[in-house]
Amino acid sequence: MDSHKNSFSSAWQWLFGDPVRAFGVVSLLLLVSLAIAPAKNYFSEWRHYQNQYLQMIRGRGEAVTLQRHFQGGIQQIWLPELGVVDRCTTCHVGQNEASLADVATQPFRRHPVIPHRLDQYGCVMCHRGQGPATSVEEAHRSTLAWEQPILPARYMESSCGQCHRNALAGTPQLNLGRHLLSRYGCVHCHTVKLPDGTAMRPTDDPPSLEHIADKTTREWIYAWLKDPQAYAVTATMPNFKLSDENARDISAFLIADSTSLPGDTAPVAASKTPPDATAGPTLYGQSFCASCHAVQNAAGNIVGGDVGPELTRVGNKVKPEWLQVWLRNPRIYDAGTAMPHYRFDDRQVSVLTGFLQNKTDSDLLANVHLEPATPEQIVHGKTLVTEYGCASCHEINGIKKPENFAPELTRLGSKPITQLIFLPGMAHTLPDYIGAKIRNPRSFGAALKMPQFTFSPSQVDSLTTALLSLTDRAQSLPPALTVPAPPVSNYQPAGKAGQVMADLACFSCHAINGRGGDMAPELTWEGSAVQRQWLEDFLKNPNTLRPALIRRMPKFNLADSEIKELTDYIMTVYQTPAFDRDSMLPGGYPPALVEQGKQLFYSKYGCQSCHIVDSKADKGYVGPTLTQVGSRLNAAWIYNWMKNPQALRPGTTEPNRGMNDEDARALTAFLMMQKTTGKQEVKK
Amino acid sequence: MRRFLLAVLSFSLAMAGSGCARKSAGAEPKAAAFGSALVESSGGKQIGAVGAVLAQPLVVQVNDDHGSAVPGVLVEFTGPAGLSFDPVRAVSDSSGQVTTNVALGSMAGRYELTASTFNKAQKAVDLKLVEIALGYQQQLGQQLNEKYCARCHDPESTPERVSNYDNLEVKPHPFTEGDTLNKISDADLTAIISHGGAALNKSVLMPPYGFTLSKSEMQALISYIRLVSDPPYQASGMVYSGR
Repeated sequence: MDSHKNSFSSAWQWLFGDPVRAFGVVSLLLLVSLAIAPAKNYFSEWRHYQNQYLQMIRGRGEAVTLQRHFQGGIQQIWLPELGVVDRCTTCHVGQNEASLADVATQPFRRHPVIPHRLDQYGCVMCHRGQGPATSVEEAHRSTLAWEQPILPARYMESSCGQCHRNALAGTPQLNLGRHLLSRYGCVHCHTVKLPDGTAMRPTDDPPSLEHIADKTTREWIYAWLKDPQAYAVTATMPNFKLSDENARDISAFLIADSTSLPGDTAPVAASKTPPDATAGPTLYGQSFCASCHAVQNAAGNIVGGDVGPELTRVGNKVKPEWLQVWLRNPRIYDAGTAMPHYRFDDRQVSVLTGFLQNKTDSDLLANVHLEPATPEQIVHGKTLVTEYGCASCHEINGIKKPENFAPELTRLGSKPITQLIFLPGMAHTLPDYIGAKIRNPRSFGAALKMPQFTFSPSQVDSLTTALLSLTDRAQSLPPALTVPAPPVSNYQPAGKAGQVMADLACFSCHAINGRGGDMAPELTWEGSAVQRQWLEDFLKNPNTLRPALIRRMPKFNLADSEIKELTDYIMTVYQTPAFDRDSMLPGGYPPALVEQGKQLFYSKYGCQSCHIVDSKADKGYVGPTLTQVGSRLNAAWIYNWMKNPQALRPGTTEPNRGMNDEDARALTAFLMMQKTTGKQEVKK
Repeated sequence: MRRFLLAVLSFSLAMAGSGCARKSAGAEPKAAAFGSALVESSGGKQIGAVGAVLAQPLVVQVNDDHGSAVPGVLVEFTGPAGLSFDPVRAVSDSSGQVTTNVALGSMAGRYELTASTFNKAQKAVDLKLVEIALGYQQQLGQQLNEKYCARCHDPESTPERVSNYDNLEVKPHPFTEGDTLNKISDADLTAIISHGGAALNKSVLMPPYGFTLSKSEMQALISYIRLVSDPPYQASGMVYSGR
C-alpha cells in the first residue's frame, strides 16, 4: 500500500514538481483533449467510404469524369416542403453515375432508373430510414432514438403510393394490394380514409342474408361457416374458425331471422321433354357463364372468371326453386347484382338448373347433421353475429351495420413500433408485423375476432405494401404534390335504354364514361364506331370478333323492342365530338384507291400480322377479324382510327402508325369494301 | 484519446458479442443418405420483382447413379448476397425432392444460385440455377411486353393469351433469344421498336411503336429484354484500366 502511495507521489512529483514541467504536462493534456473532436471527425464512417470511393474510381477508364463529379464532405438534400433532410448521398456517392452500372457493392451502386430525380425528392421519402444520420447504424436500422429502419425492397412500391393515389403502370404490387383491400372486403371493417377525405370503398358484393332461407339450407350455412374454402377454393369469405356449437347457433339464427321474399321461389313449369345430357353444358357454354364464374376442373385448376362466385359445388348450396327464379331474373332476389338478366325461356331455365344442381360434392355436407334449432341457440347465434361483426359485410334483418368495428388503418404505415406488440421470435419491424397479422391474425391472441384469410405469399406482400403506403406523410402532403385517383364515376344511362342496360348489367364487363369493368371493350364512343344494322344483329346474336378470346359477349335473348331501344340509345348518345360519324370520304371508294389500300395493308403496314381480311390466307389472331369490317364500322371511324387509335380508345393495343391522310384514306377504302354480302375475294 | 480508444474497443467488443448471440440454435436437418446428382424439377428461371418471394418454390431432385430419386439427402442452397432461401438446408422427401422458397435480392439482375449436396465419396455435387429479379424499369418493360409484344414474340400460349407466333410468316425473335438479340445494340433496338421492322430491312409484320410508346417506355422495354435474354447480355463499352 505504501509502495503504491510512494510511486504515485513520486510520479506526481516528477510530473508537477517543477512548475515549468507542470505547465508542459497540462498543455499536452489540453492538446490531446482538443484533438479528440478532429480525430473523431477524421476517422468517421462517411470519410472512410468517400476515400474508398475515390480509390475505386481511380482504376476505372472514366476516372476523370467521376473525379470531377465527386464532392467531398457531408452532402445534404434539404426539401423543406417535404420535410426531407437527407445526408445519404454523403456515403452513397455514385447515385447518379450512369457509368457505374457494373458496380454491385454498396454504398457505391448507381441508383436504378426511376421517374424522379433524387435531388427533388430525397431518399427517405421512398426508402425510409433516418435521413440526417451520418453513420451506417443510425441511418439504416432502428435505434433507441429512431425506430424507422430502411424499408425492404419488396415493399418499395408502398412509397410511391404516398403521393400517387392513381394506379401507376410501374407499381403492380401496390395496385394489386389496393385492389385486394377492396376486393376482399378489408375496408368493410377497417376504415381507410384517403387524404382527399373520402374513404376506401369495398368492391366485393357480399350477399344480403335477409332472405337466405329461400336460397340455401341450414346445413350448407353450417358447412360454409366452418370452412368457406372447402366449398369454393376461390371464396373471398374468410374463415372465422368457429367452434361446432357457434357455427350451429349462427346458422340457426340466420335461418330463423330470414324472411321470405315474395316471388323468389315461384315454381317454374317443368319441361315436358327431359333434356339430353349435352343440353346443360352446351347452354352453359353458349351463355358464356365461364366469363364470370369459375369451376374447378378434374385437375384441380380453377377455370373461368372471378366476377361471380365459383360454381364447382353450387348444387350443394342453392335450392332448385330459388335457382330457377334466379336464372330467370336475378334482380328479383338482388337488385344490384352483377349478374345479367338473361332472357331465358322455361326450357332453358330448367336445363341450366338441372346442370348446375348436378355440380355437387357428396363429401361436403355428408357429416353435417343438425338437430332442430332451440330458441336458446337462436338467441346465442344472434349474439355471435353481433360479436363477430357479420353485419359489417352482410345485410341481416334486425342487426345494424356496426361503426368502426375494427381499428382504423388510415395511418398504419406510420405506426410507431413502440405501439405494436410483437410475437416472440418475430423481427421488430412494421412490415413484418403487418404481414404476420394478415397471414395469421389469431396467432396474436386466440380471442381476436379478425378471421383467417387465404392469401398467397405474394398477395400478403401486396396487401402489406398497400397498407404501408398509408403514412402520416401521405395525409399531410400539400395537394399540389399528390396525384389524385381518377374520380369515381357514377355514370348512369338514362331512360328506357338505361333500364335495359342496368338489367343486363352491361357495366359488369363494359366501361362507359369511366364506369364499368374491363373485361370487354370500352363503349363510350360506340355509336360513332359501328353501323346501326351491325349493332342490331350483334345484340340479337353476338358473334365474336376475336376468335382467340375465351370470354365473350353472351346471348341475352333480347326482345326486338329492347334491341331497338338499345341501338337507338347507343347510336345517338355514345358519339365522339371529334368527328362526324356520317361524314363520307370525298370521292367514294374508286377501285384504284381500294387496290392501293390493299397494297398498303399487306406490304407497307403489315396489318395481316394481327388482323384477318382474307380468311383463307391471313392468320393474324391478335386484333379483331376484319373480314366483314365494311359492314361493321363507319368509314369516318376507320379513317380516324387509322390516324390515331389511342385518341378514340385510350390504352388500346393497336399502335399508332402516324399514318398520313392519303394512306388512311386508301386503307379506309380497302376496309370498307370488306362486306358481309357480295364480298369480293381478296387475293394476296 | 485513451477514452476514445477505450470506447472503440468496447464498441467493437459489444458488436462481436452481439454477432455471436445471433447464431441460431435451431435443430439442423441431418442427412440420412447420399445422392450423386441434382436435377431441377421446377422453379428455375423465374422472373420476379426485386426483393419479392418468387411465385413458385424451387424444387430440385436428388438422384443416384441410376437416375432414380433418393430420399433423405441433405441439400443446401447458396446464392449471392441478398438472395435468401426458406429453408436454406433441407432433406429430400420420399420422392427425392427438396423444396425451398426463394426471395430475390434488392438489386435488379440475374441471380445465380447453387443447390449442393455431397455424394458417398464426400465430393460436392452442385446444381447451378438462375432466377431473374426485375427492378422498377424492367417491371415497366415487362408490362409493356405483356401488352404489346408477347402476343407475337412469345411462342408459348396460355389459355388467356393465345400466341400469334405460329401464324406469322416471318418468325419474330423471342426475347429470351440472347444469341441474336445480344448482338443488336440499344440504339438499333430502339430504332426497330420506334420505326418498325421495315425501316431496318426486317419484316414489315413488326409495326412501329414510335407514335405509341414514349422514349422512356422503350428504354424500359429494352432493359427488360436485356435482363431476360439467354445467354445473358453483357453491356458493351465498359472500360476498365489494365490493373
